[in-house]
Amino acid sequence: MSMLYQSQRAMRAKRQEAMRRGVMAILDVGSHKIACLVLRFDSSDEFRPSDGVGAMAGQSSFRVIGAATTRSRGVKFGEIETMQETERAIRTAIQGAQKMAASRVDHVIVSFAGARPRSYGLTGEVSLQTGTVSECDVARVLAACDVPDFGEGREVLHAQPVNFALDHRTGLSDPRGHVGNRLSTDMHLLTIDAHAIENLLYCVKRCDLELAGIASSSYVAGVASLVEDEQELGAACIDMGGGSTGLSIFIKKHMIFADTVRMGGDHVTSDISQGLQIPMHDAERLKTRFGGVVATGIDDRERIELEADTGDWHHDRRTISRAELIGVMRPRVEEILEEVRARLDAAGFDHLPSQRIVLTGGASQVPGLDALASKILGNQVRLGRPLRVQGLPQSACGPAFSACVGLSLFAAYPQDEWWDFEVPADRYPARSLKRAVKWFRDNW
Amino acid sequence: MRPLIARRGPVLTHRDPAPSIWSYRFQRLWLTPLFRSLLRVGLPAFALVMGVGWYLSDPAHWRGVSDQVAELRREIENRPEFRVNLMNINGASPQLAEDLRAVLALDLPVSSFDLDLAAMRETLERIPAVSRAELWIQSGGYLAVTIEERVPVVIWQTRVEPVLLDGEGNFVARLVDRELVAPLPMIAGEGADLAVAEALALFETAAPLRDRMRGLVRMGERRWDVVLRDGRRILLPADQPRPALDRVLALDDAQDVLERAVLRIDMRNPQRPNIQLSPHALTELRRMRGTDIGDGNG
Repeated sequence: MSMLYQSQRAMRAKRQEAMRRGVMAILDVGSHKIACLVLRFDSSDEFRPSDGVGAMAGQSSFRVIGAATTRSRGVKFGEIETMQETERAIRTAIQGAQKMAASRVDHVIVSFAGARPRSYGLTGEVSLQTGTVSECDVARVLAACDVPDFGEGREVLHAQPVNFALDHRTGLSDPRGHVGNRLSTDMHLLTIDAHAIENLLYCVKRCDLELAGIASSSYVAGVASLVEDEQELGAACIDMGGGSTGLSIFIKKHMIFADTVRMGGDHVTSDISQGLQIPMHDAERLKTRFGGVVATGIDDRERIELEADTGDWHHDRRTISRAELIGVMRPRVEEILEEVRARLDAAGFDHLPSQRIVLTGGASQVPGLDALASKILGNQVRLGRPLRVQGLPQSACGPAFSACVGLSLFAAYPQDEWWDFEVPADRYPARSLKRAVKWFRDNW
Repeated sequence: MRPLIARRGPVLTHRDPAPSIWSYRFQRLWLTPLFRSLLRVGLPAFALVMGVGWYLSDPAHWRGVSDQVAELRREIENRPEFRVNLMNINGASPQLAEDLRAVLALDLPVSSFDLDLAAMRETLERIPAVSRAELWIQSGGYLAVTIEERVPVVIWQTRVEPVLLDGEGNFVARLVDRELVAPLPMIAGEGADLAVAEALALFETAAPLRDRMRGLVRMGERRWDVVLRDGRRILLPADQPRPALDRVLALDDAQDVLERAVLRIDMRNPQRPNIQLSPHALTELRRMRGTDIGDGNG
């Protein structure tokens, strides 16, 4: 655990350095595309949360100066599968964005969808020594959380304090300065497979970049596409990507649950390819151009030519109706949404006061998806697009880029995590000079 | 089965869109501001300095370059715009102008870059007859020399020869070298050139005596004697000689002293002026008084 603490703190230090330098890259490693944005931070201290300006409103301090997207290679289910291919794809995206930004970037914040994220809710409780909650008390209560045994080969990706309770008052977002006896906290811990981080680190290192942070793409997609009241009152964001569908549940502006369904738009494409016996890229083209999930009467009459080059005259001149295409696509989309429903039910989403569901991601652009989703997920479904960010090109404003935009917001205004607080003195190894210094500083 | 119809258009080759690791690294290096500025400014400057240094490290090249520079400089200097064709001397008598030309010895036409006006001015001002000289080069290739000549006001009879002095006692010329327009008063005696102003004032006072007066003689470098044509003298005191001379003139007006047989009028002590009679007059005086005693200085 302390290893993780140190590596995460090192990443935070690199992020600080990048902010000082003013230029940072964010990289969304998806199964369908790899997108890179270069952000320039002009005045990082212009808005602070203490000014009464929320994180959603304060995006004016950064500006997108470079954007590049490339077709993803070597990524399956949101995880890096072929390192060399992924490395090349990352290099392509980074180079394109650098070229557009006309500036070199050295620090990158990465998000990815896969690696089987698992959420844990942690609680910790500690009695206060002085009667007033100070920063080191917050650190102590965070350290007092009993960490579950999440198994070998798992790494903590996010560990965010979600709620603080002081005696019998709960729902405090910032307990510092309050007077009480017992401080307790709820923390949301997200773990992923460790090898995914290692692979990612390797690829980033091979591109001569430094990793300044990692985020789960389902989390950052929620940050970008949920509006402020949805985040406050409770909502689920479903980020339908190419290889996997991420879902995250927000309440009181904190993520409390994240999970991934290992199915996405690429599976729809492969269904079309298999069902209609056409190559993958033709299937992708048909899906984006004629795809849909709700068939109407006119779709029976709309014929789609399936051109091919096999030389077989009959095979090369097949036509299908659009209704047939929809018939191929719909079961897979339904399957994905039902799986999402199952995950949400398992997380207890139906106990939340608000049942809002926001669909975003590249695969959410299928026409008629909102109608289908409202049948499966409940009727408070809307299609979400990411926030507007200064300088973002028009081509990168669609729902497919909500993870990118969310990652830029995350880069500019990161959520306080467990490792942002000082380690309490008793967690340092015994006979450590640091421990003595820490004790001295806490008590005087 | 292979397609029987020929494929139209360019054959799609699946080129890897990813940059190679070296092109990627080079582009990153190129986007580094320090590297860029180094390459854009530092490298050309370095190449320039090295190239010039290498070229000039050979003495022959160096000599060639310096010759060319000198040639270029000479060409510019010899352009007609910078040529001085005429020297115009203002304010000097023709005789002096001739002398000045001889002294300067300019070989006209000459480039104005070759003229050292300050040195020429010093040379001119070293000539006794020139009190001040101004030189400037005017457009059209004129060298204008304006001379302020020393004006001779007195003749100083030295032991060697008579010379001309100006109002401040500076040497102007030898008397034999000048043709005087008007007669000038004459002074003599050692140190007379140091008191020319006083002498001039005395000459002014002595204007009524002008036709009888020969000149002034400086005595002992402190006082003046007025010498008349027939050798008689008026001895003036060292301080305030003009009132003394005025008294003599008044005496002359009233009693015609100078018409009488006096050898010297001694005004050295203003309280007690003395008159030395001529021996003949003295004898006559004694005879008239009926006495024959006295030492001769009445």
